Amino acid sequence: MPENTDSVILDSAAAATSGPALIADVDKRDKPRSLWNDAWYDLRRKPVFYISALVILFLIVIAIWPGLIATGDPLQCQLINSLNGPSSGHWFGYDQQGCDVYTRTVYGARASVEVGIFSTVGVAVLGAVLGGLSGYFGGWLDAILSRISDIFFGIPILLGGVVFLSAVKGGSVTTVSTFIILLGWPQLARIARGAVITAKEQDYVLAAKALGAGHGRVLLRHIAPNALAPVIVWSTIALGTFISLEATLSFLGVGLKPPAVSWGIDISSASEQIRNAPHMLLWPAGALSVTVLAFILLGDAVRDALDPKLR
Amino acid sequence: MRGAKSAKWVVGAAVIALAATACSSSDDSGSKDKAKASSGSSDGIVRAWWGDPQNPLEPANTNEVQGGKVLDMIFMNLKEYDPKTGKANLEAADSITTTDQQNFTIKIKPDLKFSDGTPVTSSSFVDAWNYGALVTNKQLNAYFFADIDGYKAVHPSDDPGAKPTSKTMSGLKVVDDHTFTVKLAQKFSTWPDRLGYKAFAPLPKEFFDNHAAYLAKPIGDGPYMIASYTKGTSMKLVPNPNYTGPSKPKNKGVLLKVYTSDDTAYADLQSGQLDVLDTVPPADLPHVKSDLNGRYLNQPAGIIQTFSFPMYDPAWSKPGMEKVRQGISMAIDRKTITDKIFQGTRTPATDLTSPVLGAAGGYSATLAGDAVKYDPVKAKQLIQDGGGLPGGHMTLGYNADSPHKDWVDAVCNSINQVLGDNKACVGAPTGTFADFRNQITKGQMKQPFRSGWQMDYPLIDDFLSPLYATGGSSNDSKYTNKTVDNLINQANAEPDTSKAITLYQQAESQVIKDMPVVPLWYQNGEAGWSSKVSNVTENAFSVPVFTDITVN
Amino acid sequence: MGRYVIRRLLQMVPVFIGTTLLIFVMVYGLGDPVAAMFGDRTPDPATAAQIRHDLHLNDPLWQQYLIYMQHIFKGDFGKASNGQPVTELLGTAFPVTLRLTIMAFVIEAVVGIALGLFAGLRRGRFFDTGVLAMTLLVVSIPTFVTGFVLQYLLGVKWGVVHPSVGEGAPFKDLFIPGLVLAGVSLAYVARLTRTSVAENSRADYLRTAVAKGLPRRRVITNHMLRNSLIPVVTFLGTDIGNLMAGALVTERIFNIHGVGYQIYQGIVHNNPPTVVGFVTVLVIIFLGANLLVDLLYAVLDPRIRYA
Repeated sequence: MPENTDSVILDSAAAATSGPALIADVDKRDKPRSLWNDAWYDLRRKPVFYISALVILFLIVIAIWPGLIATGDPLQCQLINSLNGPSSGHWFGYDQQGCDVYTRTVYGARASVEVGIFSTVGVAVLGAVLGGLSGYFGGWLDAILSRISDIFFGIPILLGGVVFLSAVKGGSVTTVSTFIILLGWPQLARIARGAVITAKEQDYVLAAKALGAGHGRVLLRHIAPNALAPVIVWSTIALGTFISLEATLSFLGVGLKPPAVSWGIDISSASEQIRNAPHMLLWPAGALSVTVLAFILLGDAVRDALDPKLR
Repeated sequence: MRGAKSAKWVVGAAVIALAATACSSSDDSGSKDKAKASSGSSDGIVRAWWGDPQNPLEPANTNEVQGGKVLDMIFMNLKEYDPKTGKANLEAADSITTTDQQNFTIKIKPDLKFSDGTPVTSSSFVDAWNYGALVTNKQLNAYFFADIDGYKAVHPSDDPGAKPTSKTMSGLKVVDDHTFTVKLAQKFSTWPDRLGYKAFAPLPKEFFDNHAAYLAKPIGDGPYMIASYTKGTSMKLVPNPNYTGPSKPKNKGVLLKVYTSDDTAYADLQSGQLDVLDTVPPADLPHVKSDLNGRYLNQPAGIIQTFSFPMYDPAWSKPGMEKVRQGISMAIDRKTITDKIFQGTRTPATDLTSPVLGAAGGYSATLAGDAVKYDPVKAKQLIQDGGGLPGGHMTLGYNADSPHKDWVDAVCNSINQVLGDNKACVGAPTGTFADFRNQITKGQMKQPFRSGWQMDYPLIDDFLSPLYATGGSSNDSKYTNKTVDNLINQANAEPDTSKAITLYQQAESQVIKDMPVVPLWYQNGEAGWSSKVSNVTENAFSVPVFTDITVN
Repeated sequence: MGRYVIRRLLQMVPVFIGTTLLIFVMVYGLGDPVAAMFGDRTPDPATAAQIRHDLHLNDPLWQQYLIYMQHIFKGDFGKASNGQPVTELLGTAFPVTLRLTIMAFVIEAVVGIALGLFAGLRRGRFFDTGVLAMTLLVVSIPTFVTGFVLQYLLGVKWGVVHPSVGEGAPFKDLFIPGLVLAGVSLAYVARLTRTSVAENSRADYLRTAVAKGLPRRRVITNHMLRNSLIPVVTFLGTDIGNLMAGALVTERIFNIHGVGYQIYQGIVHNNPPTVVGFVTVLVIIFLGANLLVDLLYAVLDPRIRYA
């Protein structure tokens, strides 16, 4: 844990005033905590954190074992039931192909949660690192990274999707997520860059630099926590839009290969039938809402915990 | 602080520049807007849905419905198809005569004029056809002239690098201003009935002298003439004062409006911004009659939808597989799919043609018999007898840029139900139509794929030769059977129509037996219209008969 | 400052070349467009060969690109598949899209920042929860549905507005499409503002401002909002591109013949001149927008300087 060794410097300065006898005592009771340890300590006291984490855990369990709460087969479809409303045994009604909406919503969790989490994590890491570096160092690095992101912005999703995903013979969660990461990182990189540019002019950063802190230390310990908020906020909403984006790609014939089941695919086919069978939209869209809500709340809690100003 | 100040200044200037461009653009488009918006059904003009034509508006270069819609309105051919019966009647031609089924003499009506006042003469036709056939003019419908003697000299087709040795076809000869003769390469009794197809339209001198101006505002000899044309947006047509044919417009003109989507057009139709819409979005079909108070028609059109097996792949064509192919056909519940997915705008297919031909023209409600009847037990039995699906499963290919997904999934589900395996058949989308067609024409498809046929002219021959004759221009499954080829050739040379049709139907029965292509359903023509217009009908090509529409 | 702007303008040259090349290769990657021209029919080999020759499709890719660039420098952007010059398409589509973008941008900026500000000031209270609920709604309901429902109710059922945008795209017709288009971005703007405001509400300079006895409104607009806007402005800057190019769904629903629609047509018909022409202009707009955002940083935060 590099953070721990870093924090020794600050703590030793404090310890020098309180005398050697106390140091041993402090070490035993409460090891000097880093920022990240602090955040974890903070998080554990928040009910919102537990609730959102529980919802996410539940989603993951359902994604792995959908059979736990759904007994049917999502591909068992009788066209004769097409668009029929709720009935006993099929409380959520049927879709256009006559498949059970409840079963499909449960089984759709896996692909959707996977696409959502993989793409968001990928975009967040790639975007935050590239954006952070280009904002912090500026100059030619910033110029190159920013101009590359400008070009990526220009690629229409339809063109990029059809070309890239047909070229790699896509159709799996991995290829779809890779594509979303490729097109998604520039926007986050811009946001991270903007946040870093602001943060690096703050007094505490200038102070740390004046004290001789290296780039790595300044970026990780001083800038990152202060620039993280917009990144988290953007990512938690983006998670939802990425899940829907998967549907757009599938709709274009380059996303998940049939017979894949996902909320995105079901939401997009429900959209077409909105005047005939609104019940089709309710469940997959509701499931997506709950997922996004859980991640937004979790993101808020993590952000609050990381914010040094709130202590 | 200095930095901040000048930054403010730059930002301010940029914002002003942005606002200025926004204003100036609003000014000039605003004035155009006023001029256009005033034309509507209040002044006797019919406002109709239109899709952007995909090619320049040249008769021999237009092979899709939206461009064809305009050509129908601005051209009168030697023959025209009756909107109700589909029969080819003489219009610009006074007579078309032959003694040997190979040499035809065509006399044009005297005093016909194009809308620009120039006369329609024999050369208007001969020059137009020569232009259409010449390979360097890159006309997509050039093959329509392939029956004419001398076509090979202007269109050497076997070797892509070959240059034409002549600019005109030797089979076309101008006798005088109103007479010309046509010599075909071989006997073809029903050839004159093809002349209603718009590739055979006459062209005025301006087409050849000032091509760019012509394309900006095409000129024809038909019931309407083009008053204004904004590419990609709209076209206004008004009655052609020089037109003397039988279909004089009963309205003061037609405004064709290009829409980005059918759904929008449907919303405009309901709110009175549009008068005629000939493509109702599938999702609106359940409530179209109540939305429009019954102002909706749904009638057969010359379109059949199918899916094709790759007969060039032994996995699908080896002996015994015909049972599997037949079994697959019988595993499809066409009735339920046309009801639930298409809301009755498709009719389950019973042969390989179309009901618009009529029984006399060769359509049959029984020809395919049990091969297209949904019979889960027998279907499963046949597929098992034939050795099952190759590799235990199949995919059904389609292009995802058109709305095929719903029916493909339904067809697969139907097959899966029969086989008791939810993954036996799945849809296989390809991103673009171009990619899809490339794979098909190069013979790269290893699995069945969707196919379909829209007739060029209402003759049974058009539903068979291009699709099932060896080397036919749209024989995508690369199907070949000597019996079928022989029957079609015999039928083409047969001067007696009813005998010819019997021969065609024998060929058709053989195709059904081999089942290289699974007939699915006939697509209907549909149209909805506003309360401001009446007498909306459609012809056999599912295009509204604009000349008959009246404005209330 | 001036030098910084000039340097940024010079950077447009490599970006221009990079973009045109990349998009050119991508459209090329879509495959041979000729087969699709013949519809459901096998192409006539002689005609197809002639078309390929005239479109330079038989030349190697780099040669096609050079030919295209030569034409560009003569002011010729090539032709769309229906024979219309691309410059003409650019001239009609961009003004329309620009108006739609301005409409959506104003809605998203004004409403989004206002919602975010109030939510941030009343954290955890009813209003804040309301903004959160709205966010969830716009994220999980597709644009297609909101667009369709608004069009159906306002345009068809109640007849309050035209269901489609008329020719020339007057601003009054663009309000509903602008609202629909702004929807998802509105959620981002509101949440980014909220977080930023919440964070800054504890900053020292705010306490100082309040202690100085400044009126509450002045504290909020001059001190709190100005310092909270950097992430929001960054997002808005990047979003201009999304609004202009990604408006395909909205443009289709409301019959707007704009940039997204034209790019879609270009892709469907596999037509490099259309796609490359439009995307290149778009990228130049991104470059401008991003430069503007970078300069705005210096306005919002005097500590940030450009040499």
